[in-house]
Amino acid sequence: MKFSVITAVAAGFVASAAFAEDVAPTAVAYTEGAVSQSLTGIPGDPANGRVILGDNGQGNCVACHQITEMSDVPFQGNVGPMLDGTGERWSEGELRGIVVNAKVMFEDSIMPAFYKTDGFIRPGNLYTGKAADDTFGPLLTAQQVEDVVAYLVTLRE
Amino acid sequence: MRKLTGLKVPGALLATLLATSAVMADPVDDTLTINGETEIVVRTAAPEHLSGAMSEIMSGWLFREDDTRIMQADDFDNPGMIFVELAEDSWNMAEGSNGKSCADCHGASADMSEVRPTYPKWNETAGEVRTLEMQINDCRTNQMGAEEWKYTGNDMVNMTALLASVSRGNVVNVAIDGPAQSTWEQGKEIYYTRYGQLNLSCSNCHEDNYGNMIRADHLSQGQINGFPVYRLKNTKLNSAHDRFKGCIRDTRAETFSPGSPEFVALELYVASRGNGLGVEGPAIRN
Repeated sequence: MKFSVITAVAAGFVASAAFAEDVAPTAVAYTEGAVSQSLTGIPGDPANGRVILGDNGQGNCVACHQITEMSDVPFQGNVGPMLDGTGERWSEGELRGIVVNAKVMFEDSIMPAFYKTDGFIRPGNLYTGKAADDTFGPLLTAQQVEDVVAYLVTLRE
Repeated sequence: MRKLTGLKVPGALLATLLATSAVMADPVDDTLTINGETEIVVRTAAPEHLSGAMSEIMSGWLFREDDTRIMQADDFDNPGMIFVELAEDSWNMAEGSNGKSCADCHGASADMSEVRPTYPKWNETAGEVRTLEMQINDCRTNQMGAEEWKYTGNDMVNMTALLASVSRGNVVNVAIDGPAQSTWEQGKEIYYTRYGQLNLSCSNCHEDNYGNMIRADHLSQGQINGFPVYRLKNTKLNSAHDRFKGCIRDTRAETFSPGSPEFVALELYVASRGNGLGVEGPAIRN
């Protein structure tokens, strides 16, 4: 069992050789749902994080969450909680854990895991409706997650 | 214990959130009468099998904009009725090696008003639950000696629109017990399974979050009493199985195919969640 996990982690590193220092999606360590360690070791860029949150081709976080600071982005959804002040309510590690895989902290959450590659039922190849192939990767890259977290910590009431 | 952290939402913020939701989210309070004469049940008590899940069932019609709802209330304004007329021609046209039309056995299409509301339905001879599409193709191959229609092809979806249109005024009433029960259970399991990389079940959006917004989309209960629906988005009639496929695709999953046993089961289950709602097809949706 341990051997197969190590193999999977090693495979993850090989697959993203250019980012060999990234924590692989299968190797993320949680503490009560929080992930204290940066996935890349490179500080996140909050400006790029803001773009990712609003872009329906990237994170599209506003599909479910309202953010007053991003009121220039139209059609913000309300399935998830509003994110205003989220940087005060949560630590950076908690926010990283929620973005990576919110279900570790909130078991029944509807929120997709943005940095996870295993455990899915009938995973697809993007939005084609076809089965996933060997290009299957997490919804966001490790650095995109760091950028999103860097933006979220700036949200204060 | 960690879950308590989620409650660290200031009261004022929570109040704002609820107020905002109420403004942008509620289905409208409206009634639907087609052509000024046929009343459609668009809101009623949920069937017994949904107790604990929801108390009231609502047509997707109540979740659409004013102009879309108004368009559906008059057959002259409903673009879906063009396809109903095409199917009426087909209904009366002899086809296949036996030289028969639908009308030769069934009479006028208007006399078929009891059919759509009870499908999908157990077929004793075949020993399976059949959708209306499956039964139409059975008629074509076995009674008419004609070619099968493609499950979601134009001829087929038009014919299901005709059969729905003559049933308007009646309510959905599919059987979920007896020999259909195991198929219904299979459909229920699919409904509550979280598929794809987004890890979403039908229920995540259409039971837990109807009335809420995902980006610009107003989530409905996902009822299928209005199918086939004319979608303003693609300006054509869409079958329920095509919509199922689109929904599952949008969870970044490998979908099932229209006409597959999985979608037949899902159709029976989802139809049963609308037992009591009026047949609306061809309805108009986004």
